Amino acid sequence: MTKATNDRPIDDVSGMETTGHEWDGITELDSPLPRWWLWTYYACIIWSVAYWIAMPAWPLVSDYTKGLLGYSQRGQLSDEIAAVKAGQADLAARTAKASLTEIKSDPELLEYALAGGRSAFAVNCIQCHGSGASGSDGYPNLNDDDWLWGGTMEAIHTTIQYGIRAEHDDSRASDMPAFGQDEMLNPQQVDAVADYVMALSRDDGVADTLPGKLVFAENCVDCHGAKGQGDIELGAPNLRDHIWLYQGGKTMAVDIVTNSRAGMMPAWVDRLDPVTVKQLAVYVHSLGGGE
Amino acid sequence: MIKHAVFEKNSILLTVGILIVVAIGGIVELAPLFYLESTIEEVEGMRPYTPLELAGRDIYIREGCYNCHSQMIRPLRDEAERYGHYSLAAESMYDHPFQWGSKRTGPDLARVGGRYSDEWHVAHMIAPRDLVPESVMPGYPFLATTPLDAADIADHLKANQIVGVPYSDEMIATAAADLAVQVDPDSDELEAFEARYPKAQVRNFDGNGEMISELDALIAYLQMLGTLVDFTTYKAEGQNLR
Repeated sequence: MTKATNDRPIDDVSGMETTGHEWDGITELDSPLPRWWLWTYYACIIWSVAYWIAMPAWPLVSDYTKGLLGYSQRGQLSDEIAAVKAGQADLAARTAKASLTEIKSDPELLEYALAGGRSAFAVNCIQCHGSGASGSDGYPNLNDDDWLWGGTMEAIHTTIQYGIRAEHDDSRASDMPAFGQDEMLNPQQVDAVADYVMALSRDDGVADTLPGKLVFAENCVDCHGAKGQGDIELGAPNLRDHIWLYQGGKTMAVDIVTNSRAGMMPAWVDRLDPVTVKQLAVYVHSLGGGE
Repeated sequence: MIKHAVFEKNSILLTVGILIVVAIGGIVELAPLFYLESTIEEVEGMRPYTPLELAGRDIYIREGCYNCHSQMIRPLRDEAERYGHYSLAAESMYDHPFQWGSKRTGPDLARVGGRYSDEWHVAHMIAPRDLVPESVMPGYPFLATTPLDAADIADHLKANQIVGVPYSDEMIATAAADLAVQVDPDSDELEAFEARYPKAQVRNFDGNGEMISELDALIAYLQMLGTLVDFTTYKAEGQNLR
């Protein structure tokens, strides 16, 4: 092994300098860095300096350098949303102005309403009403034509806007008394009227023969109607069909007459913009059960 | 000039050298967040958690809800359209520890407050799939039947006070009483409670008037999430744009 001028050993085979480290006679070539690697490295350094200047980077005393490009993640988001809104501006403005019936009869607006309504429904409504809008125990099915508060587009629109028993002055609210709890009916009367209501639902002609008929006539007809057909003005359910908001048959009926039940739907008027609420009304109406 | 060989041959010196280099990176990246005025936005409406909400938060952490739910809406279009306004640093300034996270097996909960009814939360905690058949969330039915153990709630407030949450000594003194007031809208102390904790929601959250359950506390916490900041007065420009 010969010595280079700077006193570092030269490897005889390759003619290159070695690092001077030696392990059991094995030495290591001190090859120069590959050119492509070195230039990439220099380019990264230049890039990082350019990045410091162009983008938000260095902390200062009370603030930080904002960069020449003025980029911000939050700014980018508001630009993106503004662009989307601008793209929909025409449709949104027409939807805002149009009545629900007009939306339904204009194919372009209808398509816009159904698309927007479907996505708003998936975000805000499926947790209670189900992803297929078929509801669950205590949460109404929106596919059938049984409506507590009316199934016209206007009625659905009002319900979505102000909710049911929600914290809004215009919220819909019905207040069925807790007949058993408040001792307006004794347990025998509750049981009798529950039997009567279940018979009404079956509609097999037995109802008229039951003792609960009298209890019903004295306590329930004001809201549920003389024949138990319900009243959408009051939010009183129709008792003559086979559709029950709460599952459980007679046990459920006894419990409701005794303790009452009061579901709640939030008001969406302050959470969603008016166009989205309209889209939702049209979408829900389109699910099949609308009047 | 110190020769490289000195570091290579002395492991303690090498360790100290590494620590110094890494610390410089850490200081430049982390330390400014603690003193820059723009880190936490100026907002109206933020207040410390009520004792009941704080107890609910403890249950949230105890049950590991953060393993599947984040509480941070990122400034991205799909998140903003699904969950609402992106989260602000100010909204978690009283969180110790924060619940940001990025693991979302379940949805983000940063703005879940007021989105569903109390009854929904009760039914959903007991049996999630009764309401959402697609859900993979486990049920927590025992929360409804377990009385809330909040004997040490005043100490919880005090611990938070020590790390910088602006609980007053009065709030700490009345913590145990305040916890009971929040589930009792008929309480005589209601006015004083609402003065201490503006915008606090007061009602029997789990619908069971016989005891304050763990579910009461958890629902009280969930129903306030993301509802405090008044976004009508929030300025999204200037130093809040980042």
